[in-house]
Amino acid sequence: MSLSVDDDPRIIEFDVRTDEMLVNMGPQHPSTHGVLRLVLRTDGEIVSEIEPHIGYLHRCAEKIGENLTPRQWIPYTDRMDYLAAMNMNLGWALAVEKLMRLEVTEKARHLRVLIAELGRIASHLVGMGAYGLDLGTFSPFLYAFREREKILDLFEEACGARLTYSYITVGGLTADLPAGWLRRCEAFLDQFAPVIAEYHALLTTNAIFVKRTAGIGVLSRELAIDYGCSGPVLRGSGVDQDLRRDGESIYTSMYDGYAFEVAVQKGGRYPRDHTYPPVPADAVLGDCWHRFFVRMIEVVQSMDLVRQAIDRYASCPGTIGEPAKLTEKLPVGDAYLETECPKGQMGFYLIGDGSAIPWRARARSSSFSNLSVLAELCRGCLIADVPAIVGSLDIVMGEIDR
Amino acid sequence: MSERGTAAPRGPGFLDLLDEALPGVVSGRNLEALDPWVECPPERLTELCRWLKTNRHVRFDSLECITAVDWFEPDPKKAAKVSWQPHLEVVYHLWSTDARVSLVVKVKLPRWAGDTPGRLPELPSVAGIWRTADWHEREVFDLSGVMFTGHPDLRRILCPEDWEGHPLRRDYVMPLEYHGIRGK
Repeated sequence: MSLSVDDDPRIIEFDVRTDEMLVNMGPQHPSTHGVLRLVLRTDGEIVSEIEPHIGYLHRCAEKIGENLTPRQWIPYTDRMDYLAAMNMNLGWALAVEKLMRLEVTEKARHLRVLIAELGRIASHLVGMGAYGLDLGTFSPFLYAFREREKILDLFEEACGARLTYSYITVGGLTADLPAGWLRRCEAFLDQFAPVIAEYHALLTTNAIFVKRTAGIGVLSRELAIDYGCSGPVLRGSGVDQDLRRDGESIYTSMYDGYAFEVAVQKGGRYPRDHTYPPVPADAVLGDCWHRFFVRMIEVVQSMDLVRQAIDRYASCPGTIGEPAKLTEKLPVGDAYLETECPKGQMGFYLIGDGSAIPWRARARSSSFSNLSVLAELCRGCLIADVPAIVGSLDIVMGEIDR
Repeated sequence: MSERGTAAPRGPGFLDLLDEALPGVVSGRNLEALDPWVECPPERLTELCRWLKTNRHVRFDSLECITAVDWFEPDPKKAAKVSWQPHLEVVYHLWSTDARVSLVVKVKLPRWAGDTPGRLPELPSVAGIWRTADWHEREVFDLSGVMFTGHPDLRRILCPEDWEGHPLRRDYVMPLEYHGIRGK
């Protein structure tokens, strides 16, 4: 009796045995969010190893920072996370203010909250829209950009720029809001609130989207902390940390009197989870779906903060004050400050030596650390899952390469 | 609200515990600074870091940032006025996710090993303690020229593999040409 191929599955297995293959993804791949090159070692459809190559967008920002005064470096911080330039400006401005022991006026503080939270919404909208794009659905991207456009219009009205604002600066802001701006901002929020349901219908509860993200790329709490992950990547793994609440007093005092709940799952529940679609049964804490969902919650949370900031700013007496002089001398000493940017905890470190130019300017990028965990997340996943995992980290190469 | 700003978990009491556990490891300190820091000799860095991560008082389980600072003034006129000797300083910013406090560890290194320009100073790697250090040490090696001994894969990360020199050194000279691309 002869054994045919159909009888013994092992023979078929043996016949189609695959070889290990190196696959190069990027640096111009559309799903790599800029210029990121990934080298995948694959066995059939399975990724056994992944090696990110970065640096394609390296512009020596730190070296430039050693040759400019802190206020002159503000435009360079714009170009780090260019999707949340307002938050980058704020991070650097606060770090310099920490070293100079400078305080901004009450009105400037509320305006900063207002602007930073709008920036967070804009950044998360890109994160969400581009994530849909990574997974092969084009429409959410257009829905997200439709609303982001309105935020950019508001920013343009306030400071004249649509991408690289340099609006928040050391000692305050470069200009006050134009007349009627608050009303237009409120109109945007009123119009934006019901749109969130569309996003949930398009992505959060979409069966294909859930299949592609739930249970994929699970990042444990310990690993997230060990790799220095932060922001939605850290909170998506269930770590209850948000620098707006837990950070240094110079930063948390900005949010004094503001009510918000950190977007993290505690005891199996997200804050106010009755207002969101339910967590799918396949989702595991720390997977791509949870990282995405934390961002969606933060959009609503930021809307709420913007509303609070509008009220406080409108009723606050006084002015936003004057920014520091362009060539203000820095005291001798060093200061490090991390702020909660949309992508994670962005840290700025500067050393003053008594002159107007810092001896050292350092930017600690959140996406840099968030991306470093990729090799760990992709070990053993399918090739098709790689864009899903990279997209869920919501990285910006401008910030990683600096 | 956060406990930051209060000195309790990283104040003198905490340092006494540190001194008790690892005598002589802290060679300098400033707890009055904006960010309180301790300094340790390079050869005892891993010992200190391992204790900071695993001790039962305040566990600094997260390494946020590694920075190298080049204390060197290339201009001889200005160099005559500065109060410090040329050296490299590597700064570690640590964070405790439970206690929500930070601590800074500083290490002083010679600019060049054995005073021979071009020979990079060595420092033990902490990549085995915090995995954040893996990429951060690669960046410091790439831009500031510190050789981290025991690092699993120390290569350039931001600059191309065949780049020469370490751009964040103060005496770094911009190359005039790179693969046919003109510099200045």
